[in-house]
Amino acid sequence: MSRPAPTTASVAAAFLVKDLRVELRTLQSVPAMLLFATTVFVIFRFGLDRTRLDGGLAAGVLVVTILFAALLAINRIFVAEREQGGFEALRLAPADGAALFLAKAAALLVHLAILELFALPAFWLFFLEDGAGLVPLLPVLLLLDVALAVTGALIAPMATHSRARDLIGPLVLLPLLVPALIAAAAAGRHLLAAAGPSYEMYGTWLGLLGLYDLIFLLVGWAAFDFLLED
Amino acid sequence: MKPSTLTTLALLTALLVGAGFALVFFWAPNEADQGFIQKIFYLHVPLAIVALGGFIVGGIHAIRHLRSGDPVHDARSYVSIHASVIFGVAVLVTGMVWAKASWGRWWVWEEPTLVSFLIVFLLYCTYYPLRYAIEDRERQARYASVFAITAGAFVPLNFMAVRAAESLVHPRTFGTVEGGLPADMWVAFLVCLAGIALLWVTLVSFELTAKRTSAQLSRLRRSLIEGGTWREPPGVGGRIAPRGAGTGR
Repeated sequence: MSRPAPTTASVAAAFLVKDLRVELRTLQSVPAMLLFATTVFVIFRFGLDRTRLDGGLAAGVLVVTILFAALLAINRIFVAEREQGGFEALRLAPADGAALFLAKAAALLVHLAILELFALPAFWLFFLEDGAGLVPLLPVLLLLDVALAVTGALIAPMATHSRARDLIGPLVLLPLLVPALIAAAAAGRHLLAAAGPSYEMYGTWLGLLGLYDLIFLLVGWAAFDFLLED
Repeated sequence: MKPSTLTTLALLTALLVGAGFALVFFWAPNEADQGFIQKIFYLHVPLAIVALGGFIVGGIHAIRHLRSGDPVHDARSYVSIHASVIFGVAVLVTGMVWAKASWGRWWVWEEPTLVSFLIVFLLYCTYYPLRYAIEDRERQARYASVFAITAGAFVPLNFMAVRAAESLVHPRTFGTVEGGLPADMWVAFLVCLAGIALLWVTLVSFELTAKRTSAQLSRLRRSLIEGGTWREPPGVGGRIAPRGAGTGR
């Protein structure tokens, strides 16, 4: 009896479960990201010489910390595929690149969500007078996480196949992420203002982040097959 | 492209750029507010438009490369981006000179177009380390094309983001210059734009021709060596033969 061909969604789900199981068993990325983010907060406390943050400074510290922590996970996300022949196995499997792209982006998104689950309370505890602005900031952070996950999943395989792996990923990703960073930091600047959250241009920034996510999701979806061929 | 076509192209470019600058300096009036320094506008803005257009052209060639697998499109994409990055350096330099002359500072974060251009420029600068960090030639071409498409999609997004970040805080300084340009300034500007665009086309054609010629040359040498009729010219040695050619055979 022949089984029906797997759909992109089912293949992506299988990849995602595999990646999350690997992370759960090895605990390679998420604990490192948490430790890194907490340390970066401490570094900012002394680098800026501030014990309390608000407005643009608060948003900047939070967004930049998330970005750098994300780079750690992005650098690791394809290492197993390269070192243990996962790419070869994938080419033999009846699956298209889009499935792997979606799964990797989703795995990065889960990594970042878990990071923020712990890093946001830490940020609140360390720097904020009151956390009222953090709740409306959540959708902004979610869209920023999607931006990081999508571009990360797109650039990481190129970096993984290059000679200077750890160098190429951040080098390309930092300028690529500037628009998403502008939008997230600008939205956060108003939400974390000392006088309480204000929603100036909130919709614009959410829209811009959403557009960014959509465009790079489509680029990744369309182009990922070309990153897997041999 | 044939040598005669290249020569014609180069001459046309020189003529058009020369005509453009003649119009700028001897015909277009000085701008009332900024005076003579505003003439850098005729160089800076066309360079920026052509550089950004070149990035988009690079992205389109990259799409064609991925669709057809033909390395010619990859070479076109590479050369387009290469020429545009060089133009990008000129855009940033002329932009800084203009900023210094009109605001007294070499760099002004409040000018969203120039800031956007810097970010685009920084992204395209990473094209080279990415491309040359991948050893396999065919894979290198494919990855470079994916990068060129990604970066091409990034260009408009980036302009939107930077402009939105600045729009409320600062009024657009140059918004009026382009909108309310008098007719004689428009003519000079358009001739300059055409000249700079043609300069870009000429440089791209030259580099493509050079690339094709050197590839053909090394192919010929290889076939000569393999056919056994190639003799190393005395005293020149490995300088003419392709590297590693005579060894291991």
